[in-house]
Amino acid sequence: MLSIRNIVKQYASHRALDDVSLEIEKGKIFGLLGPNGAGKTSLIRIINQITAPDAGEVYFNGEKLNPDHINKIGYLPEERGLYKKMKIGEQMLYLAQLKGMSKNDAVSRIKYWFEKMEIQSWWDKKVEDLSKGMQQKVQFVATVVHGPELLILDEPFSGFDPVNAEMIKDEILELNKKGATIIFSTHRMESVEQLCDNIALINKSHKILDGRLKDIRNSYRSNTYKVEYTGEPVTIDQPEFETISASAHEELQTLTIKLNNGKSVNDLLSSLMPKVTIHQVNEVIPTINDIFIQRVSEKGAVTL
Amino acid sequence: MNKILLIIQREYMSRVRKKSFLVMTFLVPGLIIGMYGLIAYLTITGGDKLANVKVLDESGVFAGKFKNTKSVLFSDIKGNVAEEKKKVAGEDEGFLLYIPTNIQTGGKTEMYSKKKAGIYVLSNIEDQMNEIMRTKQLHDAGIDLATLDKIKPDFTIDSKEITAEGEKDSSSGAAYGVGFAAAILIYIALFIYGSQVMRGVIEEKTNRIVEVVISSVKPFQLMMGKIIGIGLVGLTQFLLWIILSTTLTSVASSAFSRPDPAPIVKTQHQTGSQKKMADAQKSASDGPGAAFMKAMDTIDFKYILALFLTYFLGGFMLYSALFAAVGSAVDNETETQQFMLPITLPLLFTYIMAFSFIVNNPDSTLSFWLSIIPFTSPIAMMVRIPFGVPGWEIALSVALLIGGFILTTWIASRIYRVGILMYGKKTSYKELVKWFSYKE
Repeated sequence: MLSIRNIVKQYASHRALDDVSLEIEKGKIFGLLGPNGAGKTSLIRIINQITAPDAGEVYFNGEKLNPDHINKIGYLPEERGLYKKMKIGEQMLYLAQLKGMSKNDAVSRIKYWFEKMEIQSWWDKKVEDLSKGMQQKVQFVATVVHGPELLILDEPFSGFDPVNAEMIKDEILELNKKGATIIFSTHRMESVEQLCDNIALINKSHKILDGRLKDIRNSYRSNTYKVEYTGEPVTIDQPEFETISASAHEELQTLTIKLNNGKSVNDLLSSLMPKVTIHQVNEVIPTINDIFIQRVSEKGAVTL
Repeated sequence: MNKILLIIQREYMSRVRKKSFLVMTFLVPGLIIGMYGLIAYLTITGGDKLANVKVLDESGVFAGKFKNTKSVLFSDIKGNVAEEKKKVAGEDEGFLLYIPTNIQTGGKTEMYSKKKAGIYVLSNIEDQMNEIMRTKQLHDAGIDLATLDKIKPDFTIDSKEITAEGEKDSSSGAAYGVGFAAAILIYIALFIYGSQVMRGVIEEKTNRIVEVVISSVKPFQLMMGKIIGIGLVGLTQFLLWIILSTTLTSVASSAFSRPDPAPIVKTQHQTGSQKKMADAQKSASDGPGAAFMKAMDTIDFKYILALFLTYFLGGFMLYSALFAAVGSAVDNETETQQFMLPITLPLLFTYIMAFSFIVNNPDSTLSFWLSIIPFTSPIAMMVRIPFGVPGWEIALSVALLIGGFILTTWIASRIYRVGILMYGKKTSYKELVKWFSYKE
């Protein structure tokens, strides 16, 4: 639904985005990942038409991005903000109308969301009278009230306590099920890892990796297994079973081994079983964070 | 609904509904009327309590010649100064006026009392003494006072402007006053409403709401919505002030123009200065306000009001765009100082020029240019208008003002769109130029 093609964004002496291309499929959850200052916010601002790229194009549902698309996007910026002295109900109404809703539609949608978030009684309260967490809920409503096709959430879970974060996560997933496409942007990669269908890694203005999360992780599997056991520490020194690391925690010994030459887990186990008592065997699948670090270090230094 | 209208509506409503707006709306005309009333009250009553003045006249010139007024009662006494001083020291409202024998040859008149004598009482006595002495000296010189009064010439010049419609009464005093008032109002209003725009921008920026809003509207729309909304607030405020003041003033002046004429009649022959005043009143035929009203009648208020509102709006749009740009470039109000100078300087300069130069030389070349250049014209032109300004000059000035605010709005919006998204670092002029030159 969103096609980002060869975007370049230049600020005076700093190039925020350098030839970045992305495809975001309809109905998917997309993770835009990268450290602070990588260029995520610049890209999001371009999608939101807050700024325009110096080169490259963005297509929304096949059409070149234009002001009509603004009403179909819901944006939760990293830096949350509301008018402090304005009543919450009026404020929601104002923001919804700015997104092109009629007054009546806006009122009924706001009521619907306020009920869902259990904040009906807040209509006449002012933002300055609410706690940080409460403001976050209101802000979330402001983002989704106009029923956007595309939701862009910048650091969505920061500022929420665990209970509310879970609640927001459920709401996002429900919206996704109903057809909304979601873009998560975050530098805390572990926080969205389980949610995303597709991801893109951005570092220092460049896209360094993108694709289906599963495919990426599979491609970074290295046939490495972690074995936990008790008994005398063992060392295996054969080309087929390459020891990556070995450690001990009280009784429990841990051995991380890479299988080479087509050896299987069974082969590993049968060579170990006579010597020790095995408690657990896991495949070591790299996290996005690991992949990111690996990927970046391949290309040179990175400051996280 | 159009998005910019929504923004205007929010900016307008959120300000007009504030308590401070209501307070200002009623307080300012209230204060004006209150001052008007107080002055009128003080003029009529003298403002002092009744003072009993014992006159100990050793010269014999003044005894029995003082006339009582509403607030000062005279009584002649004879006796010893030292003793009378002691007596008067025990009275609250008592005064002892001591006139020595050698009054005509440089002797000093003295006033003793427990409390300090009020200025009104003192000047009343001084006036009366001067008048009595003058009468005596004229009489001594063989001149009859009645004859003198008759031959006293009394010219006033009626100033007439020659215009297309023929001669019309003009009053440079009133023109002076109205020009001043309009210039001061515009000067103050530009600062008040301009800085409201600036604070509004800073508020949105520090609240971080701005990123949410500009994901729905263009930064330019947000800025213009804010400027127009606040401009309308200013306009509303002015209109309410005008309506309230004219209503209240007409109520008040009809109350004051029908006072009991007795006190005026009673006092008019008592002192020199009051006599003159009474003469002036007689010539103006009715009430103290009439001469003033007559002078004010020579000014075309509707015309001035229309131009005032035009220049207020034009000047406001021009300067508030700059105020908005400044607001967008900073993180809080204390940082605005460094950028304020280029905004305040032309205003302050014109303000000072208006009072020191333009008002005395309304048709000079410098005055002409000050009232044509958009940055100075809102104040400078208001000072000139009551003296009569050719239509083409006003048309040129207004056209340039419109051009001026389109220019400043264009410049400001280019700085604004970048500035509102910049946080945390102190901005320099160099950076403003850089922001200005960014593409989209």
